[in-house]
Amino acid sequence: MKEYLFDCAVIGGGAAGMAAALEVEKAGFKTAIIEREECLGGILLQCIHNGFGLHEFKEELTGPEYAERFADKIDESEVKVFLDSTVMEMDEPADYPGQHELYCYSSVYGVFVIRARTVILAMGCRERNRGNIGIPGTRPSGIMTAGLAQRLVNIDGYVPGKDIVIIGSGDIGLIMARRMTWAGCRVHAVIEIQPYPSGITRNIVQCLEDFEIPLYLSHVVSEIRGKDRIESILVTPNKDGYPDEENSFELKCDTLLLSVGLVPENELSRKAGIDLNPQINGPYVDSHLMTNKDGVFACGNVLHVHDLVDYVSAESRSAGSNAVKFLQSALTGKQYSIKSGANVRYIVPQKFNFSDDNRFYLRSMIVKNEAVVEIKADGRTIKTIKHSHVQPSEMISIKLKRADLEKISDLPDPRLEISII
Amino acid sequence: MEKDYICIACPIGCRLKLTADGGKLVVSGNKCKRGEVYAIEEYSEPKRVVTATCSIGMDKAVSGFKLERMPVKTTKPILKDQIDSLLKDIYALKLKPPVKRGDVLLKDYNGTGIDVVATRSAG
Repeated sequence: MKEYLFDCAVIGGGAAGMAAALEVEKAGFKTAIIEREECLGGILLQCIHNGFGLHEFKEELTGPEYAERFADKIDESEVKVFLDSTVMEMDEPADYPGQHELYCYSSVYGVFVIRARTVILAMGCRERNRGNIGIPGTRPSGIMTAGLAQRLVNIDGYVPGKDIVIIGSGDIGLIMARRMTWAGCRVHAVIEIQPYPSGITRNIVQCLEDFEIPLYLSHVVSEIRGKDRIESILVTPNKDGYPDEENSFELKCDTLLLSVGLVPENELSRKAGIDLNPQINGPYVDSHLMTNKDGVFACGNVLHVHDLVDYVSAESRSAGSNAVKFLQSALTGKQYSIKSGANVRYIVPQKFNFSDDNRFYLRSMIVKNEAVVEIKADGRTIKTIKHSHVQPSEMISIKLKRADLEKISDLPDPRLEISII
Repeated sequence: MEKDYICIACPIGCRLKLTADGGKLVVSGNKCKRGEVYAIEEYSEPKRVVTATCSIGMDKAVSGFKLERMPVKTTKPILKDQIDSLLKDIYALKLKPPVKRGDVLLKDYNGTGIDVVATRSAG
């Protein structure tokens, strides 16, 4: 088996992997990206709509443009890219202490091993499917995730049907409602179980209202009908938490798209013994984005699902620069815990330290105007940050400077608590 | 005349009311100036950026990956009632590699000064 040696191996060549790899290579370390598709870019390549890059490039780009700007930088760099290559297993070999081994297979390189002192996990996430939400009924063809339909239409050149219904009002579902309409299909409805839409307002206006596509809030699909191909679905309103079966109605369709959430893709991490946080389905990481395995970092959607690629790039650069410090044996700073306080669903990372500025990403459990993010330690308020509007579908990014933490430097074992009030 | 809009200039989503008061358009419900601009433009000449794909048959042998569709966009928002005919023209395009990101595929569409450009490189 062919063996390759690197200082850092990055698994995945999407937005996260590319940003992380560039950061490590820039510091002069030998870096590789292992990507299972035929080209770099990941999910961005099928997201042909615009709205990417407002933070990163200060202009509005489409997904492929955003991806290509990073891919161009990779081309100009010394980063070695293994395309068409899949990592099967990750291991810590007994005969090479302090190193990690990745077992890979590829139609180009055959079966090979990469050995590296650091690994950055950047595998992204996958879509929840029919099985995850358990819709009763027959099992005909014509049912697929919104992301698969997006790939078929935007890259492979197939239109999956003519009469479409979409389950879930997340942004991918909304974007696909417009895309399918512009591809000549009729989108008959978007069905959302929650009483409020889960995508951003801008997409509700531009993707549904522009085309007069009805959005059924507090409704579920209670049955799928059809033998070989899906023929219709039964839609049932939710009333006070119970299905109101008497008011169910039938919608004819030949295609059902599911946009019902994303889950970090951690099959490989789990097998390698990396501890996963059930709140985010991604690895537990410390303030340096390092997992419980020394030298293994995680960033992007494999860590937690982001709604802005700009945040993915920023987070991944930080994972990359921490991998550099690890390689230089300069990664220091005792780690202290953080707790999710009132109205906070989760915080990443779950640790902080006193020697760096700390960046946190958090998700709100509530919709609120004029909200305040409050950071406390053992009852002492360290910082409050005003937000004109918070909602669960918009991730909040906050920075805690080293100077902010001086207020609690006298505490022996401080524990941060972040709340939204 | 009265019309309701939800502002899309930022995530707050103000509920706007537009009224024509003797030929003058008045916007209420907005928290900032951008809401007023949005409602008036949405009423008088609503525009959207259009993103779509057109045909490009590219084999894996050409540049390492297979691509059937080339993603494209308008360089500026275009009037909503021009979108359908624009899409027809985009779908009629048949490109051959090489194409570079930013290449102009339809120039000055209908005299609007707006181009349709490629958003990806191929070949």
